[in-house]
Amino acid sequence: MDTFNFELVSPDRKLMSESAFQVTIPGEDGTFGVRAGHMSLVASIRPGVIEVVPEKGAPTQKIFISGGFADVTATNCTVLAEEAIKVADLDMPAIESEIKSLSEDMASGRDPIETARIQRRLDLAKAKLAAATDKRAA
Amino acid sequence: MPSLKEYRNSIASVKSTRKITSAMKMVAASKLKRAQEQAQASQPYALAMSQMLTRVAAGVTITPASPKLLIGTGSDQTHLLVVVTSDRGLCGGFNGNLIRFVRAEIRRLESEGKTVKLLTVGRKARDMLRRDQKSKIIESFVTLGGGKRLTFADSNEVTQFVLDQFSTGAFDVCALVYNEFKSVLAQKPTAQQLIPFKLPEAKNVNDNKKESLLASPYAFEPEEEAILKSLLPRNIGVQMFRALLDSAAGEQAARMTAMDNATRNAGDMIKKVTLKYNRARQAHITKELIEIISGAEAV
Repeated sequence: MDTFNFELVSPDRKLMSESAFQVTIPGEDGTFGVRAGHMSLVASIRPGVIEVVPEKGAPTQKIFISGGFADVTATNCTVLAEEAIKVADLDMPAIESEIKSLSEDMASGRDPIETARIQRRLDLAKAKLAAATDKRAA
Repeated sequence: MPSLKEYRNSIASVKSTRKITSAMKMVAASKLKRAQEQAQASQPYALAMSQMLTRVAAGVTITPASPKLLIGTGSDQTHLLVVVTSDRGLCGGFNGNLIRFVRAEIRRLESEGKTVKLLTVGRKARDMLRRDQKSKIIESFVTLGGGKRLTFADSNEVTQFVLDQFSTGAFDVCALVYNEFKSVLAQKPTAQQLIPFKLPEAKNVNDNKKESLLASPYAFEPEEEAILKSLLPRNIGVQMFRALLDSAAGEQAARMTAMDNATRNAGDMIKKVTLKYNRARQAHITKELIEIISGAEAV
């Protein structure tokens, strides 16, 4: 058995549920790959790109997720993501303008709670931008 | 006795009311279907989240340094009630029942000497509680999702607010009060504690499976405490989202039932008035006949 069941779930719905040969996940403590028979693991994920290889030698599918958690067992890999977008669908200009407006909000922000919230969204947008830039380079 | 014209008018007006209520019933039925589908679609995430929490929490030893969301602030003086209702009315006792439940809850907590704060979601909660509990309301959210499909991001606005307030120490205990969707005919006002976190009673997982879930050796990356720390706020987000979806589905179900009743009542009323109208019409004809006959006799 060289494939396992990969699931990508967002709060709104189940986004993916299919067999995969290898999945690369950007964990909080570093990126790791999952293949069938992986040890049981619960990991938290930083904003970044998940790469799914459906079967050996097949082209990878890249999906941007805004952070979340991965629950890995020998036969299953479930990724919980609050937001997930295919890297191909990322919209560069929209992200850039979002970063710009968020940076402006940052500059005018006053109370620490508000600033922290904007900072979070800014970090997320920057991660998105990085993923989108990566796509262009590839 | 009203004239024939008055009867006719009242029949026409009830008929048009019936048209409106039956249309509203249809609309509510189709919205209910959509809301139920959405609630269903959010199930896998909630399930996976609660499984993960059970696993992580099993491996964590509780120390005073554990996240506050898990162990609480060490006091239970100030309670925050998050009240979830609908934005619109005409849905029977849906909002009224919930608000009555909230008032009872406030009375109970206050009789125990606690301080109560309120956060309202939905226009009805705000409008109804503003009358007698105005000083307790710290924030109101209305028309989440702009009256359209409710997304996770919308529900996160509320969650973020609650978490921010908690981090500033505005309250010790937080409970979510909403109408749980039991069935199309029954929505039950429910209070669910969000903070501090209570391990979910795994209902649909039988004990055997639960044990194997807890016993299997898991690696954590980063370690349990760190995961738990980021998992807990998200879990609150999930609970919040689920409650909002439940409430949205319940609202449509309640409206459907209420409008069904109204349509039926309108039908009964039309029957009654039509009966009276026919009687009055016959009395009128008889009267005219008598007048003609007695007129003819007199000649």
